[in-house]
Amino acid sequence: MTDSRNLFNKVWDLHACQTLPSGQDQLFIGLHLIHEVTSPQAFAILRERNLKVAYPERTVATVDHIVPTQSTARPFVDLLAEEMMSAIEKNCRDFGIRLFDLVDNRQGVVHIVGPEQGLTLPGMTIACGDSHTSTHGAFGSIAFGIGTSQVADVLATQTLALARPKVRKVEVTGQLKPGVYAKDVILHIIRKLGVQGGVGYAYEYAGDVFDRMSMEERMTVCNMSIEGGARCGYINPDQTTVDYIQGRPFAPQGEEFERAAKWWLSLASGKDAQFDDVVVFKAEEIEPTVTWGITPAQSVGVKETLPTISSFPADDQKVISEAFQYMDLKEGQPIQGLKINVAFIGSCTNGRISDLREAARIVKGRHVAAGVKALVVPGSQLVRKQAMEEGLDKIFEEAGFEWRGAGCSMCLAMNPDKLQGNEVCASSSNRNFKGRQGSPTGRTLLMSPAMVAAAAVTGAVTDVRELE
Amino acid sequence: MVQAITQVTGSAVPLLLDDIDTDRIIPARFLRCVTFDGLGEHAFEDDRIQDPAHPFNKAQFQGGKILVAGRNFGCGSSREHAPQALMRWGIQAIIAESYAEIFFGNCVSLGIPCVRASRADLEALTKLISADPRTSVAIDLLAQTVTAQSEGGQQLKANVEIPPGARQSLTTGGWDFLGQLLDGEPKVRAQVAKIPYLQKFAVAT
Ligand code: SF4
Repeated sequence: MTDSRNLFNKVWDLHACQTLPSGQDQLFIGLHLIHEVTSPQAFAILRERNLKVAYPERTVATVDHIVPTQSTARPFVDLLAEEMMSAIEKNCRDFGIRLFDLVDNRQGVVHIVGPEQGLTLPGMTIACGDSHTSTHGAFGSIAFGIGTSQVADVLATQTLALARPKVRKVEVTGQLKPGVYAKDVILHIIRKLGVQGGVGYAYEYAGDVFDRMSMEERMTVCNMSIEGGARCGYINPDQTTVDYIQGRPFAPQGEEFERAAKWWLSLASGKDAQFDDVVVFKAEEIEPTVTWGITPAQSVGVKETLPTISSFPADDQKVISEAFQYMDLKEGQPIQGLKINVAFIGSCTNGRISDLREAARIVKGRHVAAGVKALVVPGSQLVRKQAMEEGLDKIFEEAGFEWRGAGCSMCLAMNPDKLQGNEVCASSSNRNFKGRQGSPTGRTLLMSPAMVAAAAVTGAVTDVRELE
Repeated sequence: MVQAITQVTGSAVPLLLDDIDTDRIIPARFLRCVTFDGLGEHAFEDDRIQDPAHPFNKAQFQGGKILVAGRNFGCGSSREHAPQALMRWGIQAIIAESYAEIFFGNCVSLGIPCVRASRADLEALTKLISADPRTSVAIDLLAQTVTAQSEGGQQLKANVEIPPGARQSLTTGGWDFLGQLLDGEPKVRAQVAKIPYLQKFAVAT
C-alpha cells in the first residue's frame, strides 16, 4: 500500500504521543537546541518548579548571539553579555547538558552547528528558542522556533503542545539563471506569497530546482521560511541529504547508518502525496533579488525600479509608505546603484563555507570601495577553519574585508557589531526590520552573499553578473 | 491549573499598524538579560524615540490593558521577551487582524488572549478609543465578542475570533501546558519506543 501522507504528516504522526484537551497534540521533540538568549528564563522555570531535564542527551547548547567576533577574552567587555554567558555555562553544568562553548571549536551559530555536527537528521522533530530553526527542515525534519515557556516545556518533558499546521507545497521548476542563488529563490517566494502567506502552514519546497541544490543551499531556503510566515519549511531527503550526513560526528555510523539512510529516504513525500495547497514558480522568472524596505517581502529584482505606493492594495499602502519613509527611498527609483556604507557576509542564512567561497570568488583581485566597512563572519568556528585552510581569509583581507570570529554578529543587535546612525548595509542575513542591525535608524538591504560582495567592492547595489 | 481567563476588560491602546515585528516590540539590545524583569519600560523603545506621538508615549493611554493592532502582529523573532514586555507594560489582551504564529503561541503560554477582528471593526474601535481613551473595552472569549463603551456614550460591538485550542486552554485555565505535558509521561515513553532514531533505527514504522 502506498502512503499518501506527505513527509510532514508522516513525521508528525510518528512523534504525536497523545491529543491534549485543547485538541493540540503532545509532540515528542527529537532534538532540542538551545542558546544563551532564550534559555535562562526557561531554566529558572525548572528551578522554580523543582524539575529536572527529562532527556538531557537530547538537548545541545551553543553560544552565538552575544558572542563578540573580535575578542572572545573573558570576562566580556559587555557585562550583561558576560552574565548571559555565565548563566548558560552554569545551567548546562547543573542540568547535564552538552555545551559547545567558546573554547570548543564546534561553537557557532546554532543553526549552522546542528547540521555540521550531524545532530540534525531527517525524520526528526527539532525545536529551538529561535525562529530560524526552520533551517533544519532542509534535511526533511520538522523544525520550528519556540518561545521560552516552550523551551521549559521541552527541557522538562521533551515534548510540546502544538496544533498540526496545514502543508503547502511550494514548487520551483526549471533552470535558475546565472547569478541567481538559493537566497534569491527564497526572497522571490516571500515576495510573491507575502510575509504572512505561510501563517498556519508548513512549507514543502519541491521541484527540480531544490533537487539540484546542495544541502547548504537548501538550508538557506528553509532558513527564511519564517520570513514568509511559515513556522517551518522542509525539503524531502534524497541522496544529497544522505551523503551530507555520512561521517559527521553525531551521525549514525556503519550498519546503523545504512538502516538510517533507508528509513530517511522512505520518508519523502511520494508522487501521490496530499497537500492542503500547492503553488508553482518558474525558476527562469527569478532574478538576483534585493530588499528595499522593512519586511523581507519588500524586494525587487536588481534590474527593477522600486514600486509605487499606489500599485499596492489600499490595505497595504500604509506599511509601504512607512517603509519608504524609514529607508529614505523614492518610488520608482532604481535599486541598482544605491550607495551602501556597510557590507555584512554571515548569519545562519548565508554564513556557510559555500557562501564564503562564492563571495571570495567575486572579491578576489578587487578591493572594498572607499568608505565602505566590510566584514565576513563565518557561521561557526569550523566554517572559519575550513575557509582559512582554503585561503579565503587572505582573499577577503587583501580586499579590505575584516575577517572575524564565528557568531551572529551584525545579523542582530546583541553584540558589539552594529550599524551606526542611518547607515545602509548590504547584508546576507535574513531580516531587514527597522533597527534590526543595531542602530534604531539603520537600513538593511538583504541579498545573496555574492551580491553583498559585489556591493562591497563597488560601494553600491550592483548586479553581480556584471562583475563576472 | 492556572487561572481561567474568560474576559478581559479595560481601556485600550490603538496601534493599528501592519507587520509589527518583535524586534520593534522589544529591540534586541534589551534581550541581554537573564530574567524578564524590567522589560516593560522598554516596550517599543525605538519606535517611541522616533515617534513622540507613539501611543505608548501618550499619557492618555498609560494603564491600557488591551492592545489594538493590525495584520501579522508579532512577526519575526521568536523572542518571548516581546509578549513579556507588553505584559509587563500592562497589556493583558490583544485584538488584531492577524498574528504571527510563534508570537501567538507565546502569548497563550503567558495567558494573554490574542483575538482576531475584521479590519473594519479594528478601524472603528481605533476611532472610538482615539477619540476617547477612557473608552471601556471588553473582550469576551466565550461569546467571542468585543464591546466598547465610550464615556460619551458611544458603543461598539463586534465579533472576534480565537482558534478553538487557544480558547479552550485560556477559558479552562489550561494554558500552562507544562503540567499537562508532565502528566503525559507514560504516553511519551510508549511513543519513544516507536521512533526509529531513538532505537538505533532498528524499529519499523
Ligand atoms: S544569525 Fe541571525 S537569524 Fe541566525 S540565529 Fe543568529 S541572530 Fe538569529
